[in-house]
Parts: sequence; structure tokens; C-alpha cells
Amino acid sequence: MELADVPAQPVKKRNRMKLDAKIPEGPIQEKWSRYRNKLKLVNPSNKRKFRVIVVGSGLAGASAAATMSELGYAVDCFCFQDSPRRAHSIAAQGGINAAKNYPGDGDSIYRLFYDTVKGGDFRSREANVHRLAEVSGLIIDQCVAQGVPFAREYGGLLDNRSFGGAQVSRTFYARGQTGQQLLIGAYSALSRQVASGNVRMFTRMEMLDVVVVDGRASGIVTRNLVTGEVESHAADAVVLATGGYANVFFLSTNAMGCNVTAAYRAYKKGAGFANPCFTQIHPTCIPVAGDHQSKLTLMSESLRNDGRVWVPQQVGDTRPPNEIPDAERDYFLERKYPSFGNLTPRDVASRSAKEVCDEGRGVGKTGLGVYLDFRDATARMGRDTVAAKYGNLFDMYQRITDENPYQVPMRIFPAPHYTMGGLWVDYNLMSTVEGLFVIGEANFSDHGANRLGASALMQGLADGYFILPATIGNYFAQLGISHQTVSPDHAEFKQAEQGCTTRLNRLLNASGNRTVDSFHKELGRIMWENCGMSRNAEGLEKALQQIPELREEFWKNVKVMGAGEELNLSLEKAGRVADFLEFGELMCRDALTRNESCGGHFREEYQTPEGEAVRDDEQYCHSAVWEYTGDDAVPIRNEEQLEFEYVELALRSYK
Amino acid sequence: MHFTLKIWRQENADVAGGIQTYEVDDISGDTSFLEMLDILNDQLESDGGLPVAFDHDCREGICGTCSLMINGTPHGPETTTTCQLHMRSFQDGDTIFIEPWRAAAFPVVRDLVVDRSAFDRIIRAGGFVSIDTGSAQDANNTPIPKDDADYAFDAATCIGCGACVAACKNASAMLFVSAKVSHLAHVPQGDAERRGRVLSMVDTMDAEGFGSCTNYTDCEAACPKAISTDHIAVLNREFIRAKIGRTT
Ligand SMILES: Cc1cc2nc3c(=O)[nH]c(=O)nc-3n(C[C@H](O)[C@H](O)[C@H](O)COP(=O)(O)OP(=O)(O)OC[C@H]3O[C@@H](n4cnc5c(N)ncnc54)[C@H](O)[C@@H]3O)c2cc1C
Ligand code: SF4
Ligand code: FES
Repeated sequence: MELADVPAQPVKKRNRMKLDAKIPEGPIQEKWSRYRNKLKLVNPSNKRKFRVIVVGSGLAGASAAATMSELGYAVDCFCFQDSPRRAHSIAAQGGINAAKNYPGDGDSIYRLFYDTVKGGDFRSREANVHRLAEVSGLIIDQCVAQGVPFAREYGGLLDNRSFGGAQVSRTFYARGQTGQQLLIGAYSALSRQVASGNVRMFTRMEMLDVVVVDGRASGIVTRNLVTGEVESHAADAVVLATGGYANVFFLSTNAMGCNVTAAYRAYKKGAGFANPCFTQIHPTCIPVAGDHQSKLTLMSESLRNDGRVWVPQQVGDTRPPNEIPDAERDYFLERKYPSFGNLTPRDVASRSAKEVCDEGRGVGKTGLGVYLDFRDATARMGRDTVAAKYGNLFDMYQRITDENPYQVPMRIFPAPHYTMGGLWVDYNLMSTVEGLFVIGEANFSDHGANRLGASALMQGLADGYFILPATIGNYFAQLGISHQTVSPDHAEFKQAEQGCTTRLNRLLNASGNRTVDSFHKELGRIMWENCGMSRNAEGLEKALQQIPELREEFWKNVKVMGAGEELNLSLEKAGRVADFLEFGELMCRDALTRNESCGGHFREEYQTPEGEAVRDDEQYCHSAVWEYTGDDAVPIRNEEQLEFEYVELALRSYK
Repeated sequence: MHFTLKIWRQENADVAGGIQTYEVDDISGDTSFLEMLDILNDQLESDGGLPVAFDHDCREGICGTCSLMINGTPHGPETTTTCQLHMRSFQDGDTIFIEPWRAAAFPVVRDLVVDRSAFDRIIRAGGFVSIDTGSAQDANNTPIPKDDADYAFDAATCIGCGACVAACKNASAMLFVSAKVSHLAHVPQGDAERRGRVLSMVDTMDAEGFGSCTNYTDCEAACPKAISTDHIAVLNREFIRAKIGRTT
């Protein structure tokens, strides 16, 4: 394997943070069950003495809040939407993985574990991934028991489909609305607990800070988005389930409100941020149509089950797609990766699409698109079957593009979609701050450098239904029942409130003349160009210069209308963009110091002559965990070494 | 394209609101309705005005956050959500009226934003199956005939947007409530709590100040997820069954 000849960036190894992953002893198949048996328990009648704050009501947050409440803990749950049912998880389309092996095609816990570790390009923690695979089946049982209407076969049993990066059918789905149905399930469980009085639900509330007292997370500070009030909430533990940060790119498939604020503020309070540069660019999104665009729409990966991806063989072939004969089409995924074909993992598929567009063979007005064609599928299965499987996706495509995908192939292009990076957590899902737990997309745990399709829903629900409710009990048991909840009048709370108010006022008083969105768009452009689908040192260094400049201009020249004590959408947006403007820099720093290509992190300097990613296991078989050291100081890069005992560290090939 | 927008502005729940007129220009047909409002807000902010507050999040037609009465119709002229409506559905030069959902049970918070928490309270009254995490049996132990599963699914696609209430002359929430009742009445998991669920949800609906259903079916026409009024028939059947069950 040849490498492009570039000098490596020096990497400073300065582990200051204590990064004990607390992986239990024993063979991997037994770690979780043995560990669970040894976890300390809280007596049922004492559980209600412990209050836990859950920030977020997506799959992770809602499932955790409901389950902890069922166990007897007192729970306060927060979200910024007007109802917990509207969390971004609702938008997930394609499905959820589970190693049930109902189709009998050879699936097993081991295989799901193996596929996930390999899919993540060997940058995740084996023990966590194995546990995820172990509980995956229980999730399906739980959801079905709640009445979630998964797709069924004529015999009445559950149906499965296949997804990228796997050669078995292990994906459970509910038409193209799996996230919606799972979230409504979790929301209904949560609603039942709210009705019981054990969960207090706070909607239209944005968390602005975590409060740490004597080294332990003791509560949060929020802004009431209707009245503008800044308030403190105290608890014995805080759980962040606040989702991902793909909106750092401005245009992404995420909902408009998705943000990094909660995670980033926690980072500033001492929680290590792991692998921020590991972001996923999803191959099948509707291409950008114009400047007015506010977000990108995903077309579920499940479409790649039956759709074939191609571009014209010739540069400059502008014939309508249906007039281009097969011999003059390049089905580039099938050509390059014959055994996985159109079902190669996302990072590989996205990069291949970018490559053909870079060669000038892209399609559509902008040349930034490739075809996803259902002609052959329609001939094989008939239009009705295609419609039954993908009808709602086809309708959505037509509504947005005004083109009929039953007649002309869809045009797709990669777009930012998911973030594998997140707050570092140990095996208990606890961050580097005692008592601060992080679940769902907000943590970094299970997907390494690339997430496989249908495994985010699995992870969010595994964390929320099955893992956190067990491990948090151990934390409470250690605190002991004589533990006193810190008062929300404690000086640390007052100080945090003051800090939030000052910052809000600074935004309101910055009487500049540029809108918040214009800054967000500019940041997005910098990130997409330099820290997007492929990265190089030169671009990243440029971005590291541009972002602080943009940030400085933001604070001088941003214009936020309205007042603080009212519903103020510009103020909400401004606060989130201000955090993205700091966080973007951390992402670039992380990308620059990881001198290898792995998963979604493709550094142009590290590739084979054929353009495949080249990992460097000698130097980078670790998670990079960033430690905040002050607003004007360079953060410290700590490392958690990753050991691979059960899956052989191998070149990740989908050929 | 050029549009004249007549938009409801109201500072908060305690003060009166009114219609204000705005102009937007150079709007392409591919712009979504909410992106058109983004452009207006950009314009307003640049001129030192207050942006129009409206609810939205996913912009994919699935979260149910967006709302808006557009020319008197919830979610506008197409059978979809406001966020999935595109300006190509309008004519150049059109005047468009934009107002919040109007219902006593959905008070205005600001401008076009309303408070729909009454829906959450209805779900809390029984829109769930009482099953604690970890106590479920294997998923395939309960086969469900595909037709039942599909019917339940059709009901379960409700996004809780409230368009049905906004469309109804009586501001009734029957379609929303029936969607949940019918979903859980068509899967065996919902059986055990069937009676209590429908009674409690209907009681809460009444207590929240939603009007009664007099079969206008405007709700079905407005529903972006095409939830059928057949589910209201299911609800009525469930309700009567439950009442009888209660008195015998
Ligand atoms: C279009 C799309 C399709 C997808 N399809 C699939 C799929 O088919 N299969 C799959 O496995 N995965 C899929 N994913 C990924 C998956 O949906 C997400 O990773 C997952 O749902 C995240 O869940 P979560 O609970 O961690 O966070 P979210 O659902 O994002 O919830 C975040 C919660 O945190 C709250 N919050 C955030 N910040 C704050 C704050 N500062 N203060 C208060 N509250 C806050 C929000 O209100 C919300 O309740 C998809 C993602 C997208 C964008
Ligand atoms: S029934 Fe239809 S209109 Fe009513 S809340 Fe549900 S999706 Fe919206
Ligand atoms: S914004 Fe989510 S449905 Fe319209």
C-alpha cells in the first residue's frame, strides 16, 4: 500500500483526563450480564429519594426517563420543542437493527457486533458494541409490546429488510416512518409516567448550562423559551440525551433545532468531547436546489435495497437519463464493490458519489448529484410493490423536486446527517464529570468512525431502555441514601444563571447588522469545504484561521432582534450558532490531529492510489478526547486506547 | 414570484393581535412555504423589525410542529404539512393570509405559535399500553394479521399537528383522539386497557375545551396524513362498548 508523501502532524500525547472506560472483566459474551449482576442496587422504597434530570425527549431521552420512572426514581425531563413527541428522532425513516435472526439467514449477536465494529472502521469500544448487540432483540420485544406497528408479513410475523454494511436482513421497519413509530412508543411510555406523577415534563425549555458542585453534576440552568426566564433545576444526576450536531454544517438532514449547545456547555464544564470530527455524510439525500434552502431531505438508505446508483460514463453527457442506454451508464458502486454493490456503507457510498461528481460526471443542474434508479426494480417487482415499499418516500421526493421518481430516476447527493462524535462516556455511560451521563447520539460510544444504517435507533433505545437505568442505580447506590440534593440556591447555580444571563444580554445588545443565519451559513460553508466529506491539512488549517475570525465578527456584528423576556426565536438561534462557532473549531482541530483516514473521516493525504481510506492503527487506534482549558486556550487532546480482542483489526473491505 | 402576505401578529397571549401586511419578492417556486417565511424574517430583521414567530422543526412533514392557517385552510392548499408545501402551489402576485390555529384549547403564544399541550394531556389520559420496560415477551409470540397491523399503522401515522382541530367548526379533537384509540384497538397489545382508555381520553378531551363532533369531516380533508374519519366511527364504537361495559 502506497501513501501520498506528506509529513505527519506532530501529535502531543498528554493524557490529563482520567479516561477509565471501566470495562468489566471476563469474556465479551458475559461482561454485561456478569456486570449487571454485580451492580449495586437501590432499595425500591429509597429510589424516589433520588431525582434525575433528563435533558432530551428523543428516543434516548424518552426511553430513559420513562424507564427510570418505572423503576421509581423521580425524573425531570426537558425538551425545547412544544411536546416531547416532536424530538428529532421522529424523522428517522429506514429502520432499526436487531439480531433476532427471524429470517434465519445466519444472523447472530456476534455477527451484529462484528458488522458494527467493522462498519465503524475499528474505532469503537468492543465491549460497548457487544452489549448493544446483546440488548438489540429486547428493544424489538419492548416496542412491539407497546403497540408499535412494525411491518409484518402476511403470516402476521415481523418483516425484515437489509441495510448498508450488512449481508443479512436484520432491520425492522415501519414503512418509511420507523423513527416516528418508535418515538411515539417511547413518548407513550413517558406519558404514562407523567400521568403517574413520577416524571415532571418541561417543554419549550432550553438547557444552557450544567451545574457541577464538588465535582458532581448537580443540576442544570435552563431558559424558558416562552417567558425567557432563566432558572435552575437541581438533581442527584443529570442525563444528556440531546442528540447530534450535524447542523454545524448549516445544511443537514437534521431538524432545524438540533444543536450542540447542551453537549458543548457540558464540555466547558469538564466533560471530555470525543472524536468531534467523526461525522457522517449520508449518500442518499435530495441535492441542494438553491440559496433559499434551509435544510436537506434524506431519502432513506433502504432505497438502496432496490434502487441502482449510476452516472453517465461520459463527462458532459446531458441526455435525459432514460435515453442513456445501459452500456453507457456507470453503476459505479456495483462496479467498485461487487459483493456489497449498492449496499456499501454510507461513508464509502458518499465518497464514491463525490468522486464521480468531481470527475465531472455528476447529474442535475448543479452537477452535484447521481441517479438512484428504480427502473429495474419496477420491471422486476411491479410498480405496486415498489409503491408499497417506498411510496411515501417517492411522494416526498416528488413534492420537493416536482419530478416523478416512478418515471425518471431520483437524483441524490450526500449530505451531513449524523455525528458519531460526542461526549466521552465510560461503560456506565457516564462522562468525565461524575454524575453526568450521556446517551443516544449525544455520546460517542458505539459507532466508531462510521455508523451503519438502522443502528442509531438501536443505540438510542438500548441506552435509554436497558443500559442507563441499570448503571445509574449503581451511581445512586454509591451516593448513598444519606446524600443530600444540592439546593438550587447554591452559589454554583447562581453563578451559572448569571453566566447565562450575561451571555444572552451580550447577544441582545450586539447591535450589529448581520443576521444570525448569515453567520450560520458562512460557518456551514467553511465546515463543508474543509471538514466535510474529505479533509486535508491545508484546508483544516485554513478553517482554523477562518472560524475564530468569523466568531469575532459574530460577536461584534450580529443582530438579534426582540427582548430576552419573551418568546424570541432569533435569540434562541443566536445562542446555538454562537456555540457552533466555537465547536466547529474543535471539530477541525480533531480532524487535523487525526493523521489517518477512517470511516467518515477521510484525510486526502492518507489513501491508496485507488482512493481507498488508509487507517493508521499504530498511532491512531484510539478515541481522541478533548479537554477544555479556557476560552482562549488550545484544548488538550487525550487518548483512550482501543483494544481489539474479538474482531481482528483488518483492512475494511466491501469489495 | 411576488407575494403579498397578510400575517397575524400578536405579541403574547395577553394582548390583542391583528393582521399586518408584508411583501416578498423574487421567490422561486422550489422554495418551501417556511423558507419563504425565513426570507421574510431575514428581510424584517435586516430592517430592524421583529421576525414573525412560527413553529417548525423537522421540515420533513413528520414532527407535527409546523402549523398555520393559509388562506383559511390548515397547512394550505395541498394535502401535506406547511413545511412540505412549496411556493409553486401559488400564483405569482397572490395575496396570502397566514394565521395561527384557532381553537379555545390552543391559545396563541405569540404570532403564529399556539399552545397544543392539551394533546399531550389527552395522551397521558390513556394513549399508551401499560408495559414496564424489560417485561415484554418475544416479539413474534404475538402474530398480528397484516390487515390489522396495516390498519393500526394508518391510524398511528398521526403527527399530532392539530390541523383537524383548526379545520373543525366546533374545534373538535375527535380525529386526533380517534387515531390513537383506533391504533391501539387494532393491535392485541391494546386490549387489556381498551375500555378505560377510550373513556378517559374522551373525558380529557372534553375537559380541555375541545368541541364536540358533528360529522362535518373537515378534519379529514385538512389532515396532512390522510387520517380517515373511519377512525372516528371506531372511536364511537369503542366508546359505546366501554360505556356499556362500565354500567353492566
Ligand atoms: C432524516 C433522518 C433519518 C434517520 N433515519 C434513521 C434510521 O432509519 N435508522 C437509524 O437507526 N437512525 C436514523 N437516523 C438517526 C437517528 O434518528 C438519530 O441519531 C436518533 O434519533 C437520535 O436520537 P436521540 O434521542 O439521541 O436525539 P434526538 O431525537 O435528536 O433528541 C434530542 C432531544 O434533546 C432535546 N434537546 C437538545 N438540545 C437541548 C437543549 N439545549 N435543551 C433542552 N433540550 C434539548 C430536544 O428537544 C430533543 O428532545 C436518522 C436521522 C435523520 C436526520
Ligand atoms: S389527525 Fe391528522 S390533522 Fe389531526 S393531529 Fe393527527 S395528523 Fe394532524
Ligand atoms: S416542521 Fe415538522 S412537520 Fe412541518
